[in-house]
Amino acid sequence: MTGWERFTDSFFNARVMAQYLPKIIEGFGLTIVLALCIIAAGLIAGLALAVLRALGIRPLNWLIIFVVDLFRALPPLVIIVLLFFGLPSMGMELSGFASAWLALTLVLMAFSEEVFWAGITSVPKGQWEAARSTGLNFLQALGYVVLPQALRLTIPPLTNRTIAITKGTALASVVAVPDILGAATSGLSHSFNPSPLTLGALAYLVLFFPVVLLGRWIETRFAWKR
Amino acid sequence: MVRRVCLATTRHRRTHAADACSLLGAAGMKPTHLIVEARAIHKHFGALHVLRGVDLTVEERQLVFVIGPSGSGKSTLLRCLNRLEEPSSGSIIVDGIDMLDARTDINKARQRIGMVFQSFNLYPHMTALGNVSLALRKVQGLDKSEAETRAQRALDRVHLADRADHYPNQLSGGQQQRVAIARSIALEPRVMLFDEPTSALDPELVGGVLAVMRELREDGMTMVVVSHEMSFARAAADRVVFMADGEIVEQGPPAEIFSAPRHERLRAFISQVERH
Repeated sequence: MTGWERFTDSFFNARVMAQYLPKIIEGFGLTIVLALCIIAAGLIAGLALAVLRALGIRPLNWLIIFVVDLFRALPPLVIIVLLFFGLPSMGMELSGFASAWLALTLVLMAFSEEVFWAGITSVPKGQWEAARSTGLNFLQALGYVVLPQALRLTIPPLTNRTIAITKGTALASVVAVPDILGAATSGLSHSFNPSPLTLGALAYLVLFFPVVLLGRWIETRFAWKR
Repeated sequence: MVRRVCLATTRHRRTHAADACSLLGAAGMKPTHLIVEARAIHKHFGALHVLRGVDLTVEERQLVFVIGPSGSGKSTLLRCLNRLEEPSSGSIIVDGIDMLDARTDINKARQRIGMVFQSFNLYPHMTALGNVSLALRKVQGLDKSEAETRAQRALDRVHLADRADHYPNQLSGGQQQRVAIARSIALEPRVMLFDEPTSALDPELVGGVLAVMRELREDGMTMVVVSHEMSFARAAADRVVFMADGEIVEQGPPAEIFSAPRHERLRAFISQVERH
């Protein structure tokens, strides 16, 4: 066997690939579901925290900043493992999927809160004043005047952050979730051949390449025209 | 407190009330009443004492012009009137509403007080019509078509009927400021506050904004104007208030203030402005 043959046999073994393709496709679906759940919950929670922070209640803001900094500082994998292996000792059992979802949602919440907050504070004070002087209340001024401008500014950094964190779904494989990487590694250990990993990498490319392109498009589409 | 107020303003109020009464008596209208009644307003920003017991009254249909060197507290006083700035102490009654009473619905009260800012503060993500109709829809609860009809009428009044669907960045500074005026008058306020409305404008655009303000005045709008447009003050103001170091130093009809200033500070200010 030449070196080239050994290489193709290891990474592009058609027989092994065909055998594990269905599992990878299942993992593909699971990764998409997990990612969508994280994006939805994480962004909504992040926006909610930023809005709460805009109320300017000092003790509440300290709490928000503490929580946000905590989840920005902890590696996502540590949070997943803590939730999955730690909570049962408290009598709470989370599935691997739920642990990964909750952990990455908290991380996305923390990062997106900072981005939303930066967006809200970058809207000039005069916008608030003009809105409030016409009788809009705090939430109306926020919702109709400030947030539409703030969100526009936050879309590019938020897109990047969201992509980065949804790629973290691969970490779920550590707590036995059969996502793309989970399916690929179990294929590897059953077949003693790394070809399922190649399939997995391809699956990630198929999944995230369009997302990255979409992010690029969104960035140009929402660039602030002055 | 009331006595102090009277001491500070008796002279002007008496001469002024007399003028107003004879004028209105001839026209057969009801006697004027106070739209703005601010008493003993103090404002601290930390250690900074920005307003030191200011009394300001504005009668219905009056245009009161506030002048003074920068840092004298003019803008702060104006912003206290609609509580964009919270006074440290004092009382503010606008159109019979106690603005500092915790039970006052401040959002309701603010609809009666239009405010125009130096930097326009139009909403950049909305058209001129959107800017003007937002509060009509969300605060006054009008449906979209009715709000837009009224917004269009307000834009007509500032001569920008044909700019309704332009975004702020497609308008000149003067046009933006007129849209901002339309945004306020659409709510049919009882008094309009102008915070240096022409200071951010190129000189050739000032005239259009002042013309709109003059028309408002002719339509009987009560106005408080903080500005450095002295010729406008001379021509259009009922009363000029001179502020320095957080206090009202002198006030009176423009002819008196500009031609026969009594206080040294005012004389110095006027000679500086005129030289300029």
